[in-house]
Amino acid sequence: MELTVWTYEGPPHIGAMRIAASMDAVHLVLHAPLGDSYADLLFTMIARSPARPPVSYTSFQARDLGGDTAQLVKTRLAETVARFKPQALLVGEACTAELLQDQPGALATGMGFDIPVIPLELPAFTRKESWGASETFHQLVRSLLSGRPVPEGAGDPASRAKAEGRRPRANLLGPTALGFRCRDDVAEVTKLLDTLGVDVHLVAPAGATPADLVRIPEADFNLCLYPEIAHSTCIWLERMFKQPWVRTVPIGVGATRDFLLEVARLAGADPEPALAQARTRLPWFSRSVDSTYLTGKRVFIFGDATHVMAAVRIAREELGFDVVGLGSYSREFARELRALAEEIGVEALITDDYLAVEAQVAELHPELVLGTQMERHIAKRLGIPCAVISSPVHVQDFPARYAPQMGFEGANVIFDTWVHPLMMGLEEHLITMFREDIEFDDGQVPKRRPQAAEVSATGGAEAGVPEHERAEARAPAAGESEVRWETDAEKELRKIPFFVRGKARRNTENFARERGIKVIYVDTLYEAKAHFGR
Amino acid sequence: MTETASSSSTTAHPAGSSSALPIRQERGERQAFCGLSGIVWLHRKMQDSFFLVVGSRTCAHMMQSAAGVMIFAEPRFGTALLQDRDLAGLADANDELDRVVRELLARRPDIGTLFLVATCPSEVIKLDLDTAAARLQQSHNGRVRILAYSGSGLDTSFTQGEDTCLQALVPHLPELPAMERSLLVVGSLADVVEDQFKRLFDKLGIGPLHFLPPRRAADLPPVGPGTFLIAAQPFVGETIDALRERGAHLIAAPFPLGIQGTRAWLHAVAAAWGVAPELVDEVIAAPAARAETALARYREQLSGKRVSFLPDSQLEIPLGRFLARECGMQLGELGVPYLDRRLMEPELALLPANTRLTEGQDLEPQLERLRAERPDITVCGLGLANPLEAEGLTTKWAIELVFTPIQGFDQAADLAELFARPLNRRQRLGF
Ligand code: SF4
Ligand code: SF4
Repeated sequence: MELTVWTYEGPPHIGAMRIAASMDAVHLVLHAPLGDSYADLLFTMIARSPARPPVSYTSFQARDLGGDTAQLVKTRLAETVARFKPQALLVGEACTAELLQDQPGALATGMGFDIPVIPLELPAFTRKESWGASETFHQLVRSLLSGRPVPEGAGDPASRAKAEGRRPRANLLGPTALGFRCRDDVAEVTKLLDTLGVDVHLVAPAGATPADLVRIPEADFNLCLYPEIAHSTCIWLERMFKQPWVRTVPIGVGATRDFLLEVARLAGADPEPALAQARTRLPWFSRSVDSTYLTGKRVFIFGDATHVMAAVRIAREELGFDVVGLGSYSREFARELRALAEEIGVEALITDDYLAVEAQVAELHPELVLGTQMERHIAKRLGIPCAVISSPVHVQDFPARYAPQMGFEGANVIFDTWVHPLMMGLEEHLITMFREDIEFDDGQVPKRRPQAAEVSATGGAEAGVPEHERAEARAPAAGESEVRWETDAEKELRKIPFFVRGKARRNTENFARERGIKVIYVDTLYEAKAHFGR
Repeated sequence: MTETASSSSTTAHPAGSSSALPIRQERGERQAFCGLSGIVWLHRKMQDSFFLVVGSRTCAHMMQSAAGVMIFAEPRFGTALLQDRDLAGLADANDELDRVVRELLARRPDIGTLFLVATCPSEVIKLDLDTAAARLQQSHNGRVRILAYSGSGLDTSFTQGEDTCLQALVPHLPELPAMERSLLVVGSLADVVEDQFKRLFDKLGIGPLHFLPPRRAADLPPVGPGTFLIAAQPFVGETIDALRERGAHLIAAPFPLGIQGTRAWLHAVAAAWGVAPELVDEVIAAPAARAETALARYREQLSGKRVSFLPDSQLEIPLGRFLARECGMQLGELGVPYLDRRLMEPELALLPANTRLTEGQDLEPQLERLRAERPDITVCGLGLANPLEAEGLTTKWAIELVFTPIQGFDQAADLAELFARPLNRRQRLGF
């Protein structure tokens, strides 16, 4: 047993639901107790999907257990196929049904449906959501494509396209329902490929039908946009259909350039025009003197493996931050993450224990957190600015406006989202210069002025934070109260701009504690400042 | 049971003595939360308690989704996740549970009452949490009270989880001294509503007054043969039964929703207490008149509109009664997760004679009936609301009716407003 407060990932059948909900003409029958239908709201409320996910539940209850739950499964299967007439049927079970061992997959296979039936093994007590999504996608592709011939010329995209007298074409694999900004990433990558003269053959699972999946081998190569979902499928397609695949995920300016080069090499295209066309403000904005204050900002990064690895590169190479810690809940990519962490001299935190992440953030006390919605809450409690870079998703992660993460436009979006929670450079300057002015003294803050905790990633949404929560965010953590602040020192501390005051307080208290100082005087404050100053 | 095979069986039969409403009974696919979701409001109500769900990642994920916006960085609930090795041997699972509880209590010394909450997986592997609670209670030497109840989807749907939780408290309620009497209001209410009722009961000279659940789990109300019970929520039937076994007397009444419901509820208590009805009318004159004025505005907006309910919270029947009788709405299909006659008879008697009640659920056929009927507003669970909106239907989230203070005179208009707002919105939008 393991104690959890919040979880980054749902159980594996939620991953299966994400694949079904991404596609058209697929239906999933889930052997699950009544309450497991809660999962529908992830799609209809969080992603604001106008349709229910194509999932039917057996909804068994205690009174069914004595009887024949297998019969219940069969009834639901028959009714589902008759009502929805899918092109392919996925059959899976939630955790409780797994314990019953009714084997709904085998039951479905034996029912003589005239559509492909894909039984799913979703071990709920050992695996999680991303694994379930990856496995479901893989099984679906596999069962629809098994035994199909390898197209002529496969394996050599450039000459195959030329021989057939057409532009090279690629499959975009991995975008799913409830994925982080997938909708806009697909649009952005499609534009990006067009600048290279490459067509999108199909996107899957998002928007594809089983009939579309059958056409996967017709493309010259695959783009593995979300490795958490598509990695194992890409490997299988390469093995079975000689389809090469692109490893680089185009998040950030550098990665987008590398992506264009990698695609161009496969497609036999000249990357130079596409690179020359790049419309991104990130490099100039980052170079502009106003951004000087970003230098060496200490950031902590946590999320899914793909977004974390991309964020590390952007943070270091494109914004000039110091990455002081990184981690991920994607155990499947632990090796890659550890290697990256080692490369930059930190240790990777591979965990899905929210409390462990919280402890590490508190310990490192970075100046910016790039994380999931969970880290946003951790950061809020600790009074640290935060930007959200990864799932698990929240209704805020489905903005009405166009806001991709990938490609050059994605880099623009990332610049704004990451830099916004930090105090703007010019503003920081002015506040330091005018800190005696009542306009800038938060002791007399006019009501409209947002507090530090509010000026974080998701802007508006934070505005509703009740006062007591914000107060809690600034309260010293337990066990730190044994050091007392003398009145003048406290006053002096209040002269420090509020957005760095938390850190100054903490540093000073640590400084005092390490030296056995019980009371902090004005001098202690400045000694600590000199000690920690950079 | 032959019903198991067919996912839906429809029978029309007379609904018992006090009401002859035809009832359609359905079994099939359900769209409802399980009883674990009660934790979302119970942990706010009893602030010295902690709810440890003993279940799977699904249960943890469900709690997170039901709690919606992850507002509280560390709420007063968590999940002990069952893992492969726990499934292998029950002895180990018990050891593991003991360890997790130990860790939790060390981390959260503020916990006064710890609820171990059973789930579908813990029940299927037959992990006995009642025994575990007793064992842990002993080993923690009375420092905390440790209780168990089930919130599993095998036994409970949505609000029923509160019933099983309160039922677990009943054996621990202190004995009301002989010859004393008291009033016990059963079913969680918002603090503000409790305070309003308390003021009214004070004026009527009715007391001592207690609430179950109490604001602090440590302050359990007494119960005994002198206790009069009144249900404030329609989903506390099992708790009421357990309290009656300890000698308490149930006062039958409609639920305190709307002006009529609240009036009838107070009158029923007063009658049981031997307070003159004239005094009740005098005491409630001002708040009832105030509520009339406030409600009139919404009655105008709601009158003649058709409303349907999909089964969710057990509040459907009293809400339907309020909307029909006090807001002039027409009832379409009224779906309830289950019909609890112990508490519902007085409400059934007040429903319009032609009300179509459905007990249980078979989702797809029910949605088809809904589409054919196209009511002006549909009350449904969170998962269905947006898809129905996308089909051009106007909806109201059932869960909001559980979280919002809606009982009593001063909330009658607020309750009507919850239905008026979606209709109002649809009118405003220019597309
Ligand atoms: S229905 Fe059962 S398995 Fe599902 S969340 Fe509720 S208790 Fe857990
Ligand atoms: S006064 Fe204002 S606008 Fe003018 S130079 Fe100074 S900062 Fe710029």
